Amino acid sequence: MNFFRYLLIGILFGMVMSMAEIVSWYRIYEMFRFGSFHMYGIIGSAIVLGIIIVQVIKRKRLRSIEGVEIRFNPKNKSIPRYLIGGIIFGLGWALTGACPGPMFVLAGHGVDVIWVVIFGAVAGTFTYGLVRAKLPH
Amino acid sequence: MIEFISQPWPWYVAGPILALIMFLLLYTGKNFGVSANLRTMCSIGGAGRWSDFFNFNWQAQSWNLVFVLGAIIGGYISHKYLLEQSAVELAPAVVQDLKAMGFDKAGEEFYPSRIFSWDTLFSWQGVLVLIGGGFMIGFGARYAGGCTSGHAISGLSDLQWPSLLAVVGFFIGGLFMTYVVLPLIFSA
Repeated sequence: MNFFRYLLIGILFGMVMSMAEIVSWYRIYEMFRFGSFHMYGIIGSAIVLGIIIVQVIKRKRLRSIEGVEIRFNPKNKSIPRYLIGGIIFGLGWALTGACPGPMFVLAGHGVDVIWVVIFGAVAGTFTYGLVRAKLPH
Repeated sequence: MIEFISQPWPWYVAGPILALIMFLLLYTGKNFGVSANLRTMCSIGGAGRWSDFFNFNWQAQSWNLVFVLGAIIGGYISHKYLLEQSAVELAPAVVQDLKAMGFDKAGEEFYPSRIFSWDTLFSWQGVLVLIGGGFMIGFGARYAGGCTSGHAISGLSDLQWPSLLAVVGFFIGGLFMTYVVLPLIFSA
């Protein structure tokens, strides 16, 4: 693992999340109220460019820096896990105004109480691990 | 230069940078997905004793923890050296709605002090938002197999329909929370 490589990519991520105000609870609220194009522009342009990038990688059979062909793992096709899991995630996202990335970025802003949210998210992940056999997937 | 990048970055700068981050991770043989770290943290904490779900080769995910460390540092740098204005310029109609819900400083601060403060944690609203909200994010992300980065960006870029379904779910949950539950919590 190249430590500084991922540290730098992470720093860029933390900066773009902050500077475009994606970490702001207010921006997420505004997005769900369809009050501004800002968040839709960000997610939309990332996806459009992302689709082009993925298509180029697949057609040109691009190799990673380690010389291995870049592969994409198709996700298992089912409905309940994505829909129910997605709804639960969306409830939490709109409530805290932060998804997993922004939580950590906010910790860097000095919003110490966000560690409580991170603790909650780790507890939620742990609980999923305990009950997953009983859930429809 | 510093003055230029200290302005809030517009969507057409932020979106392409997110796509670039996804590309850089693919190019180095990894996948963009932040919520996987929450599972790794459980594994490091010994959660494998309770569930096999946490018995996986988490060392292969250690690069992702470094990515998160970078995200924290990126947040610190932005907050301390770059972000000049501490307000978020929201749509006026949204500010009005927020004020009606008791967010008096909407449009004047970066995040609501009403939610993100230690005092709030000792109220039922605070427990619900901070602990309950965090819990749902962690539970939901793992159940759905990814979060905004893994599904909305990586998954949709690869035209995966399970990811589209997950994103539809994110919005069903988010809209219900925003229009129905938030007013109940904060107008109370």
